[in-house]
Amino acid sequence: MDTDQLIKTLAADNSHRARPVGFVLMLALLAAAPVSLVMFFGELGFRPDIMTAMRNPFFDLKFAVTLALAVSAIAVSLHLSRPEASLRGFGWYLFIPAGLLVAGISGEMMMPQRMPMMTRLVGNNSKICMTAIPLLSLPLLAAALIGLRHGAPARPAVAGAIAGMLSAGFAATLYASHCTDDSPLFVATWYTLATALVTAIGALAGSKMLKY
Amino acid sequence: MRERDEEWTDLMRSAISGDSAAYHRLLKAVTPVLRAAARRGLARAGQPVDQSEDIVQDILLAVHLKRHTWDANAPFAPWLFAIARNKLIDTLRRRGRRIFVDIDDFAETLPGEAPVETAPAGEVAAQLNTLPARQRDVLQSIAVESASIKDTAKRFAMSEGAVRVALHRGLASLTAKLREN
Repeated sequence: MDTDQLIKTLAADNSHRARPVGFVLMLALLAAAPVSLVMFFGELGFRPDIMTAMRNPFFDLKFAVTLALAVSAIAVSLHLSRPEASLRGFGWYLFIPAGLLVAGISGEMMMPQRMPMMTRLVGNNSKICMTAIPLLSLPLLAAALIGLRHGAPARPAVAGAIAGMLSAGFAATLYASHCTDDSPLFVATWYTLATALVTAIGALAGSKMLKY
Repeated sequence: MRERDEEWTDLMRSAISGDSAAYHRLLKAVTPVLRAAARRGLARAGQPVDQSEDIVQDILLAVHLKRHTWDANAPFAPWLFAIARNKLIDTLRRRGRRIFVDIDDFAETLPGEAPVETAPAGEVAAQLNTLPARQRDVLQSIAVESASIKDTAKRFAMSEGAVRVALHRGLASLTAKLREN
């Protein structure tokens, strides 16, 4: 097939309209969400004292941080799904959750504490946190990668890494409602480590899956 | 240059709103620029330039299948050159070359540049034969025999909708096969 023939063929296919990447991404995430929810309620579930915990601002802060991570990662990944886009000017979105965490840590520092800092940081659930967040995020990561395949990212590994953050953000939101460690120090340590793990998996998978 | 970019952007906007003739004109207009840039990129990497047409076809397919990622409020040329650059780098990398491709290779093509002769392209044609029979028949009818969608539908006793689906699927799987190889 010579190039003129190819051009003619492409023009004949002009009526085909692809859906926007954002739409496909949302659809994929909505399809995968039940899987993560079933895993969460089957194995973990809400913490028993969740009604009282909700009055603790540090419990609520966990959701602000994890949801901020998920939402800003969605914005960045949609931006990066365009071939001419780079992280420049958009990377700062990812500092929003980090900023919230820093604010939380400084807030906690200023309050009188019953437990020493290291005890709060180590917490009681670090192992389950490091297991649950990556596992809960896997279905969402797969969905995010499938959705983003619809785009054309210039750097597949970077786009995959952001997809990892996105899915870790949602998975951590679920996990936060189970975990009884509310100290921002615990969140900054273990949630961040778990997110970094998922981000690395996303980068690796993205470098293979997101090439167009 | 500026004029050219604006013309391309206008054509792409018309194409997106359903004007296939504008789309055809746009692809015809960008092809010589892509071809010249592909040859320059190959030459700079010390590769034979006779593969340039494969790269051009690869770029055109990607442009077609990813055109929904173009923002209609942005100029078309930077988007096009980003895809072209990506495909050129990809080709060189698959040949084991790590090479820096300058975006200006594409942007700086002069409109008055002498047209380069077209080298034959083999990859798309070779992959065409590995497609499912229906997709291959439809693609061949439209590409090689220049039949319309209507005539192709009549010829294979398909509905026009089925021809359109087979055509799009065929182009998508052709692209996927090119990526694998």
